[in-house]
Amino acid sequence: MPSPDDPLFEEARRQMTVCVVCKFCNGYCDVFRAADERPALTDGDLMYLANLCHHCRTCWYACQYRPPHTLAVALPAVLTRVRTRSWRRCVGFGPPGGPALLALVATLLVPVLALLLVPAEVLFAAHSGPGAFHAVIPRGPMVWGAALAVLAPVGLVAVAMARFWRMIGGGSPRAVWRALPDTLRAILALRNLRGGGPGCNDRDDRVSSGRRHAHHLVLWGFLLTLAATLAAAVAHHLVGMRAPYPWISAPVLLGTVGGVALLVGIAGMAWIKHRSDPAPDALESRPAEWTLLAVLGATAATGLALLVLRETAAMGLLLALHLGTVLAFFVTLPFGKMMHAPFRALALLRTTIEHQSSDRRHDRTTPPV
Amino acid sequence: MAALCAALAARRKGARVWLVDAAPPILRGGNTRHARNMRVAHDGPSALVPDAYSVAAFAADLRRADPAADPALVETLAADSVDLPRWLAGQGVAFQPRADGMIPYSRRTVFLLGGGTAMVNALYRTAMALGVRVRHDTRVEAVTPEGRVTLRRGEARSTVAAHAVVVATGGFQANRRWLAEAFGPDAVGFVNRGTPHADGALLRALLEAGAAPVGEAAHAHIVAVDARSPADDGGIVTRADGMPWGLVLDRDGRPVDDGAHETGSARYSAWGRLVAGCPGALAHVILDAAGVARLGRRVYPPETMPDTDTLARALALDPGALAATLDRAGPAGGPPWHVIPIRPGITFTGLGVRVDAEGRVRDGAGETMPGLFAAGMIMAPGVLGGRYLSGTALTISAVFGRRAGEAAARHAFA
Repeated sequence: MPSPDDPLFEEARRQMTVCVVCKFCNGYCDVFRAADERPALTDGDLMYLANLCHHCRTCWYACQYRPPHTLAVALPAVLTRVRTRSWRRCVGFGPPGGPALLALVATLLVPVLALLLVPAEVLFAAHSGPGAFHAVIPRGPMVWGAALAVLAPVGLVAVAMARFWRMIGGGSPRAVWRALPDTLRAILALRNLRGGGPGCNDRDDRVSSGRRHAHHLVLWGFLLTLAATLAAAVAHHLVGMRAPYPWISAPVLLGTVGGVALLVGIAGMAWIKHRSDPAPDALESRPAEWTLLAVLGATAATGLALLVLRETAAMGLLLALHLGTVLAFFVTLPFGKMMHAPFRALALLRTTIEHQSSDRRHDRTTPPV
Repeated sequence: MAALCAALAARRKGARVWLVDAAPPILRGGNTRHARNMRVAHDGPSALVPDAYSVAAFAADLRRADPAADPALVETLAADSVDLPRWLAGQGVAFQPRADGMIPYSRRTVFLLGGGTAMVNALYRTAMALGVRVRHDTRVEAVTPEGRVTLRRGEARSTVAAHAVVVATGGFQANRRWLAEAFGPDAVGFVNRGTPHADGALLRALLEAGAAPVGEAAHAHIVAVDARSPADDGGIVTRADGMPWGLVLDRDGRPVDDGAHETGSARYSAWGRLVAGCPGALAHVILDAAGVARLGRRVYPPETMPDTDTLARALALDPGALAATLDRAGPAGGPPWHVIPIRPGITFTGLGVRVDAEGRVRDGAGETMPGLFAAGMIMAPGVLGGRYLSGTALTISAVFGRRAGEAAARHAFA
């Protein structure tokens, strides 16, 4: 369990105490409402609040206590640190060298293996028609490799999520079921990136919806590529089709639209991050943030390149590179910035449950008119 | 806020505008950085404010707060407040909607989304986009009625010839020497809750140049704040509480009693005045465990003393006398005792210059001083007389800042 005198949590508690007393920011997002309801600000409370935070930086610009004020409230940075710490605590370990090195090794691993194991005349030949991909990388290794690469990290994430859920208070299956629709809406609409209505301080003290829109493209693009993978599995197992699929088919259409959306969204996120005022941020978290953008961007870019060049001799190595980027995404999943997604979803679920139960309490205590 | 509104209004009338601020960029906006809501009259419920608050009701509240208020300013303020949310929204300011369920019920005030600092950011961004030239870290050393302004930045002095000048430098609450003149020598122990640049230098200069004074230097808005607050700029979170349900002892161990036993929001300023009258402008709130629980979370938590002797040592009081006082008047649940040191926290002072409804500064004979305007808390004593009416300071600053800016632009072009 986290020790109560951890200096990071002490500092987060000190800063959040100023927010609980001040309350000026409570129109911006769920963090301040939730903090209001948990004035004890235990380590678990702070990890919950940190994962509710979408790092929009709006409270930093609105803050009358931001540095150089002696009360030195710098919530976006300290919550980023607590958030990162919460992922690490719940997963329990991390790779030496951080997610960036791991991502690089994983990305290169598949092409290197392909170069070593696949005969050059097969790897560098043009293949076409159904089954062309498996002519380069046989189906057995691809499926087993994928299963291993996906199941182990996803298992780690699932265990971490279970720990985090207990840490932040959990909820009965009934409460979860009732809170699910609202939570999904909050996630899919990125409700907390509206800055209470006018937008967030993406880059500086001007309000904008740029980051929310870019994140929408990334989120929806990501979901579409997931849908493409599922559609491919259905096509393979139920319909008996063999990849590569024709241009006009569910896997290719979903994957293409999703990949393009991902790329555009990632370009937007990267541009905003690059141009943003660094003052509110915890700069030591930047490498992990850039790593996620790079891995997602590389996955989308190699996937689209593979689609365009699949009839050419470049297909073999491109396929290996694309699989490498997918591998990199999965093996870095429990150790990098991607952990924001499952943990934020749980924090949003928890906040919806608390909100609904306080509404119900309120309803019960309202006298009949 | 008043200066920003004046600059925006004048610029929108076509004037070339310089906004000169003694503060560095991080402290721009004066005390508005610490504000949250503003009082506006309105006909009926809207997304921002429930129920209704008529112009007449606002004017009546103002007259009740200060029966000596200038009737023309009162009428203008109440009437112009109606249009304020629309006008400010047009300058980029965001308000917090009631629908989010996070703001307390208030039919008299609208809330700024994110508070005053967010509003200041929006106003500056709009002003700069419109071409207002902003000069920070620049003191105005002198203003003549003809519009000659002497600026000083570091060691460099320059003189600017302006067609009109709007002075919006607030009161003198950051000026300890002036506070000591108004409140006595113990005023060095006052905490200034807002900007450290409210030194009153231009207020004094205008008064010396013949501007008619209004209000009283010793009528200030003072609340009890934690004595551990920063000397300046502590804002809202340093406000102390617990006085009504604890025992308050002055520096010499004598109980301080508020005859009225205020428990509503009036308790903050009631205790501000009481502690300002205490020797050394210092007092201590003594609470038992139940009193601490009632406090809720504090930026400066109470210090816990296991027994009466420890408390006596900490407060440098005679243990026997303290034990007797606690027996007689202390909270029932102690020891242990929980202690909060408190001081007077000053928000604004009550002496200003007299202006007409367009912000023109008047001299002792009641004549206006051509080209010289004042807006915001430097003329607010003409409305409030240094008294406090929640949410009114922002309204005065915005309404009269806007009017003074427009009048100054008209004067400049005449």
